[in-house]
Amino acid sequence: MFSYYLQLGLRSLRRNPLLTALMVMAIGFGVAASMITYSVFRAVSGNPIPEKSERLFTPQIDSWGPKYNLPGNEPPYALNYVDAMALMRDHKAKRQTMLYPIGLSALPRDAQSVPFNVQGFTAQSDFFAMFDVPFQYGSAWAAADDEQRAAVVVISRKLNDKLFDGANSLGREITLSGHNYRVVGVTENWNPKPRFFTVWSGSSFGEPSDIYIPLSRALDLRIDTAGSNSCRGRIDYQDWDGWLQSNCVWVTPWVQLDSAAEIEQYRQFLEGYAADQQRAGRYGWAPNVRLRNVMQWLDYMQVVPQESSVSLLVALCFFAICLINTIGLLLAKFLRRASEIGVRRALGASRREIYVQYLIEAGAVGLAGGVLGLLLTALGISGIGLLFQPQIARLAHLDLALVGLTLLVSVLATMVAALYPTWRAAQVQPAWQLKSN
Amino acid sequence: MPHIKPILAALKRHKAGTILIALQIALTLAIVCNALFIIQQRVTRLSRPTGMDESNLVAIQNRWVGVTDAAAAGVLTRADVLALRQMPGVQDAVQVNAFPLRGGGWSTGVRVDVDGKKPIAHTTQYFMDEHALATMGVKLIAGRNFRADEVVTTDPDKIQTSPQAIVSKALADKLYPDGSALGKPIYLGDDRTPSTVIGVVERLQVPWGAAWTDDFAENSVILPVQLTGNFSTYLIRAKPGQQAELVKAAPAMLTKLNRLRVITGDRGVRTFEVVREQAYKSDRGLAILMGVICLILLAITAAGIVGLTSFWVGQRRKQIGVRRALGATKHDILSYFLTENLMIGIAGVVIGALMAVGLNLWMVTQFEMARLSMAYVAAGVIALLLLGQAAVLAPAMRAAKVPPVEATRSV
Repeated sequence: MFSYYLQLGLRSLRRNPLLTALMVMAIGFGVAASMITYSVFRAVSGNPIPEKSERLFTPQIDSWGPKYNLPGNEPPYALNYVDAMALMRDHKAKRQTMLYPIGLSALPRDAQSVPFNVQGFTAQSDFFAMFDVPFQYGSAWAAADDEQRAAVVVISRKLNDKLFDGANSLGREITLSGHNYRVVGVTENWNPKPRFFTVWSGSSFGEPSDIYIPLSRALDLRIDTAGSNSCRGRIDYQDWDGWLQSNCVWVTPWVQLDSAAEIEQYRQFLEGYAADQQRAGRYGWAPNVRLRNVMQWLDYMQVVPQESSVSLLVALCFFAICLINTIGLLLAKFLRRASEIGVRRALGASRREIYVQYLIEAGAVGLAGGVLGLLLTALGISGIGLLFQPQIARLAHLDLALVGLTLLVSVLATMVAALYPTWRAAQVQPAWQLKSN
Repeated sequence: MPHIKPILAALKRHKAGTILIALQIALTLAIVCNALFIIQQRVTRLSRPTGMDESNLVAIQNRWVGVTDAAAAGVLTRADVLALRQMPGVQDAVQVNAFPLRGGGWSTGVRVDVDGKKPIAHTTQYFMDEHALATMGVKLIAGRNFRADEVVTTDPDKIQTSPQAIVSKALADKLYPDGSALGKPIYLGDDRTPSTVIGVVERLQVPWGAAWTDDFAENSVILPVQLTGNFSTYLIRAKPGQQAELVKAAPAMLTKLNRLRVITGDRGVRTFEVVREQAYKSDRGLAILMGVICLILLAITAAGIVGLTSFWVGQRRKQIGVRRALGATKHDILSYFLTENLMIGIAGVVIGALMAVGLNLWMVTQFEMARLSMAYVAAGVIALLLLGQAAVLAPAMRAAKVPPVEATRSV
């Protein structure tokens, strides 16, 4: 029966090619617009570390005071050096890392070629385990390396390919901005999107990092942050040490807290720390701290670009209008065949069979629309670089899930749109139609 | 004008179709108004002038390799600037901490009163020397340029208050609304010592193009300071017609001068046309996307009206024939369908106008957008009514051609 109805449907679609083309195009354009914008939205609004996002937190401490705080008395986005070092020493979380983005120059081993830029992060050894960084060779540096301020480096697979032709480079030395570092690990290509741990200090959708070096070593070498740095009030520092003691925030802390009890404990610790600072006279205000996990942080920082949400919203409305259009056209199409329905009903077809027949016909329209939509989506995604910043446009891609979703959405949406026209078709009174003939 | 009553009576028999067309017109109006409004806002933003003469400008971003001492880097940077100014094809060059639309720079609050608690305005700070105005091509409308002996070279960590400052007119007017800024003191950040305004330039945009800078987009201060450090940025004005040549020649010359540097990446060497394009990429992208969606949407709505009206005409051939046989002219039939569409259209745009305002209000709360101007709603209403009339014209003319003899035929 299904294939018979499908044949009937296809024949009916052929009988009125203009109307059919109109419906297919409406669905195709509607679904394509939705899918193109959704592919970008999906990429920018995703959870970058789903299995741990509930357990990773970035603590914020109010070090500026109500006079300078962000709107809503929100504390600064990152820590100043003094608070960062205090949190690091106290080490109240099972795992924790302080980090900031750096940009250095690397010298290729071939003396003839010119130096090039590398970028990455200073971090602590827990960084790699906390964020599940995959390794090609070696591993993270040890906690002892942090304490001994060791000149070690973890490099990316890409940099390893460039410097060592992809060979196992553990133990080899590389020169970064005039200082030597020993390679202890080579990561696989790893670049969570959005790059949640450096949303404020760096770029949320930036290029993957090339290098990671111990924070303690970087501070010894006075390597400045390559990311954001925000100061309030009078900028009175005169040198590096003055800068470290200033109220400028530039160090991003992350901690891993595995249970509700740990989270509560850590929150209390933060409150206690801020209260201590108030008593010591460093802060002239009551403790004001935040402890946001990954998704809360991404939400608070509004990582999803406005363009992405607005265009998805408009595309969905567009799709809705296309569907309303389809309802109207299907209604016209089905009711034009009222007499045919009357004959079928008179010959014994039940309402149910009318439903099935016309829904299958609508499904065929939806499928055709979906195929067109798929082509347009592929076209649109390849041209999306015209619309979005390159680092965002790069995230949009057509994968199997999106192909399936495109077809499924167009078929289902068209069948839902066909419900009312089909119901009207099934209501056709055979006697009426036969009489008027 | 045909009577409206029979049309209403006929529409009652086609409730579903009528509601669908009206709803489609309503939703289309809501989306198109908001989309056009977004387009207008983005286009306004991306066509703002920077205040510079943007043709023939080249920007280079450089990083020193293996230079750990900021002062040493400063010496190298100074050598670069002097070498660039000597290059054939270069009209002038300046070392800057930032430039309009660069995408990164400094900003701070400004007061005019040493004890003022709250800053009066927010401004960006440009650190440049006496070649700044000539290189950028900004117009000095009052006062004078810096003198070479006023320029100080310093580490970014040790910036002292500059005794002189050149401000943009927008900032000058904000700080001294009576237009008397020249010669007056301004206090940057929490400075206790003033900088004196020695010059006012007509216009100079901040280094950012994004929406968050909209309320201080033209508030700029130029200070006679040259920053030392591992990074240096140069703005170069090419002689007319030499820009394309310079994009290759300048980095080559710099590399020849000193090999221990990095000028790479998508921000290494850029003409100002590229800078502008990168700064406003997402604004332009959103405007294009909205434009395309609007066009397709209008086309689909028009096609939908054609489709449904054609169906109605087909359904009513017999009645049309009867009316024609009873004396109705072709014109009567044509205007019947046009009026019918106009009535549905009016119902649609009334609902649509409400939806457009509602959608905008919701977006205002969600995306910090501006309020929709009523002119857009009015323009959208007229556009959609005209579109409806145009779409219905072909089927209505076909209806008018139905011969009276149709009344005597069965089916």
